[in-house]
Amino acid sequence: MNVMFEGIGASMRRKEDLRFINGHGHYTDDINRPGQLYAIIRRSDRPHAKLLGIDTKAAKAAPGVIAVYTHADMAPDNLGGIPCGWQIHSKDGSPMAEPAHPILATGKVRHVGDPVAVVIAETRAQAKTAAELLEIDYEDLPAIAAVTDAIAPGAPVVHDEIGSNTCFDWHIGDKDMVDAAFARAAQTVKLDLTNNRLVPNAMETRCAIGEYDAMSGDYTLYTTSQNPHVIRLLMGAFVLHLPEHRLRVVAPDVGGGFGSKIYHYAEEALVTWCAGKLKRPVKWTADRSEAFMSDAHGRDHVSTAEMALDADGTFLALRVATIANMGAYLSTFAPAVPTYLYATLLAGVYKTPAVYAEVHAVFTNTVPVDAYRGAGRPEATFLLERLMDVIAHDTGHDRVELRRRNFIPADAFPYQTPVALQYDSGDYQTTLNKALANIAWDDFPARRAEAAGRGKLRGIGISTYVEACGIAPSKLVGQLGARAGLYEVANIRVHPTGSVTVFTGTHSHGQGHETTFAQLVADQLGIPFANVDVVHGDTNKIPFGMGTYGSRSLAVGGSAMVKAMDKIIAKGKKIAAHLMEASVEDIEFANGEFSVAGTDKKKTIGEIALTAYVPHNYPIDEIEPGLDETAFYDPKNFTFPGGCHICEVEIDPETGVTSVVNFVAVDDVGRVINPMIVEGQVQGGVAQGIGQALLEAAIYDDQAQLVSGSFMDYTMPRADDLPNILVGTETTLCTHNPLGVKGCGEVGAIGSPPAVINAVVDALRDYGVRHIDMPASPQKIWAIINAGAQKMAAE
Amino acid sequence: MYDFTYEKPTEIASATAILGKDDEAKALAGGQTFIPVLKQRLNKPTVVVDLAKLGLSGITVTPTTVTIGAMTTHAAVADSAEVAHAIPGLAHLASMIGDWQVRHRGTIGGSLANNDPSACYPAAVLALGATITTDRRSISADDYFQGMFTTALEQGELITSVTFPVPVASSYLKFKNPASRYAMVGVFIAKFDTGVRVAVTGASQSGVFRHTAFEAALSTNFTADAIAKIATPADGLNSDIHASADYRAHLIGVMARRAVAAAK
Repeated sequence: MNVMFEGIGASMRRKEDLRFINGHGHYTDDINRPGQLYAIIRRSDRPHAKLLGIDTKAAKAAPGVIAVYTHADMAPDNLGGIPCGWQIHSKDGSPMAEPAHPILATGKVRHVGDPVAVVIAETRAQAKTAAELLEIDYEDLPAIAAVTDAIAPGAPVVHDEIGSNTCFDWHIGDKDMVDAAFARAAQTVKLDLTNNRLVPNAMETRCAIGEYDAMSGDYTLYTTSQNPHVIRLLMGAFVLHLPEHRLRVVAPDVGGGFGSKIYHYAEEALVTWCAGKLKRPVKWTADRSEAFMSDAHGRDHVSTAEMALDADGTFLALRVATIANMGAYLSTFAPAVPTYLYATLLAGVYKTPAVYAEVHAVFTNTVPVDAYRGAGRPEATFLLERLMDVIAHDTGHDRVELRRRNFIPADAFPYQTPVALQYDSGDYQTTLNKALANIAWDDFPARRAEAAGRGKLRGIGISTYVEACGIAPSKLVGQLGARAGLYEVANIRVHPTGSVTVFTGTHSHGQGHETTFAQLVADQLGIPFANVDVVHGDTNKIPFGMGTYGSRSLAVGGSAMVKAMDKIIAKGKKIAAHLMEASVEDIEFANGEFSVAGTDKKKTIGEIALTAYVPHNYPIDEIEPGLDETAFYDPKNFTFPGGCHICEVEIDPETGVTSVVNFVAVDDVGRVINPMIVEGQVQGGVAQGIGQALLEAAIYDDQAQLVSGSFMDYTMPRADDLPNILVGTETTLCTHNPLGVKGCGEVGAIGSPPAVINAVVDALRDYGVRHIDMPASPQKIWAIINAGAQKMAAE
Repeated sequence: MYDFTYEKPTEIASATAILGKDDEAKALAGGQTFIPVLKQRLNKPTVVVDLAKLGLSGITVTPTTVTIGAMTTHAAVADSAEVAHAIPGLAHLASMIGDWQVRHRGTIGGSLANNDPSACYPAAVLALGATITTDRRSISADDYFQGMFTTALEQGELITSVTFPVPVASSYLKFKNPASRYAMVGVFIAKFDTGVRVAVTGASQSGVFRHTAFEAALSTNFTADAIAKIATPADGLNSDIHASADYRAHLIGVMARRAVAAAK
């Protein structure tokens, strides 16, 4: 019989795709509850204004309207504001400014999109019409969108009670050591750069349905979330004051998250509260325009980076100063992103002995900013890898050799960086070598010359990176300011006839968990892939969980599954020992069979499961019936994927259009469970990285109006913007989790943007270009070429 | 969208009667602009008159003309071998409008009646000197376009077809807005025995326009070099986050030169 290999390392087709491709996915907006009402949120169209009054009379009288609520209507219930899950302390030891974040605005509105009132009606159209009838009396205030404007003297203050726009002024690293290194350095190189603000734009917009059961007092929230248990915790404990056993949160199929669906949003609390008030289910679904102004945005840094080097190009010290935009309010994990997910990565793949970084986080009249695919690590990587090429440009060192000279060597692991992290494993020379080979780096001059013959400017760019994911050890993150643990939970239920259901606290919203986890469990328990199902996304089904973000699901959630399976196997051995009249110490488990060492006696896991559930012949005095185990796994460290991305572009000098013509990624993501899924994850991440580098920008004007508030103006990458992306993997195993896995969800978005910009700068090398901020739009490149051409003509 | 009355007449006279007597009545052709506008509640018509049953679609090609019914979809024009043979630039233009779905719903009449300054068809109609036939008269292209979203059409007047003279050579090149993929600059070149006409869409604050400096140069020397030294003034051109007026002025030259080289 020809048995197809379907265990760890097999490219199994994704189980979930059958329903997705056939249009049978079941998303939150597909759910309709009996008696359901519809909520429309009236949002501020002002960036910053005093809220003087809201006249709800006409809206309340409109056809179909059940209720209209403003902050004043919610105030008697003493609800909490939207909480922040991470506290940063400034250099001086003071805690970050943590302004109130009410569900509906009170006193002031602070960004375009700030929710002001909600209208509940029998139909969505009725609610929409009524919402237009709300008369809101504003007094406009001066507004700020750019971080540089937020810290300018006399700037308008977003939160009056703070007195300035500073959220925190934090630092990490040894300043004195860095200053000393700069004082003695043979050369120093400085680069100013920005990291452009992005709008996540998951394909499915956010949606939430609140439901209240007056008989039991139970609430249910159906929501587009990456982490239903976290939402239950934050909303129940901090906002609505509901205990866990009265609140169920369900996150069914979710159409993409990229971070934007991690956070607890006001709309979730709003529909749940409204359902309780009205004793009827209430649904809110964002349209795309609403998503642009209410989903947490990503990135938005302004930085200065300086490297001190000795004469031969060895790095001595790195100094970084960053201003990070928090937006108008603190989103759930916002303070962690430009600090512990960014500045701790500034050693990168280099053995720079001293690093010092200051991060000034500021409030502005913009949508809150939080983690977006990569969360801090793309910002660190873009800064470092642009700096590498600028150092090469300014000092004349070869950009590949400069990197090689400063790499942390493969034999130096575990490696303690000067900015807190300890990398467990990696091999940056190998991923670099493979990427150089895969793109035929040495033949590039010929390709450049050939392109020149066609009138095109061809450039090649490299990025070598490391990131930290698989978040994270609870004790450590607690010390760093997290207000939650970051373990993960798995329940493995072996059914009486030997099939298995896996309940995971992670959440799949495109990652293919139903396949990867089924492969993992099937492999470890020695049963067919088809006999394992994965359940996620419901707090009433899953014991607990912290959800999916930071490429943690396999490294942390998968490790929890291994721990639960260890318990299953340990119990199975006791049952097997009883059945085969052997000592437990002599029972071995392999390939789905319990055997007695040195004999041909064996029992399959199915036979053991049946015995556990039909315990006629069973060690009932020693162990309980059943074969169902739960494990909580708390990781020992972050995981550290790394690798090399190389991009090749061609620029049309007449139009300024950049085409990505070649892209190679070689990533070390640890052990690979499903190579096809890893390839897809990397390609998706690279697509977003190319989007950031060449296309995407959330643009606010100087009045803090969102100019790129729809797909008419916000350039989402499309298929024809993207090249074939050649993905390779090189593996060093994670040393501290049982699977040796690291995580692959974000590496594409982390490694790629500087590779693209380095290629663009390389293509324009004859025009005297040292740096280009993202996105490198046709207009921007044409302006550079045009200015260069005029300069050349003048000379 | 707001509530409205929906009518789907089968006679042109019925359609024009409804549209003529009510300023707030709107005609629905392919709906590829109008439906999104309705969904965003940017328009509140009393009556929507669906033109789908008026029998206005179809393509007729003679040795000297191509006539396209107002309700003919972009896809039908793009896929017509006869159009591609007679006016290659026109078929190519239609093949690049929007996406697959838009091309199978959107119509030439709807595009021309709307006269979006970033639409492609106005460039072909103006450059080719087409004649727009309505339920009551014929309008020359030079008289039809009267600024962005403004045309010579009267209240209730319906386009029934557009007739294009067959040129010696033609081509259309579009620089797409990176986000919307509408024309940021679109240039249509039409070469006739009597001279060359050049129309530019997407670039100007006043909608599609003829580039008379390019026309004069190309009429005596139909090569890209003939216009290489002619700068297009940036005055009156659009400026937005994707393209300054200067950049648009530059792109008009680039697109025009490439269109000349590609004309067939």
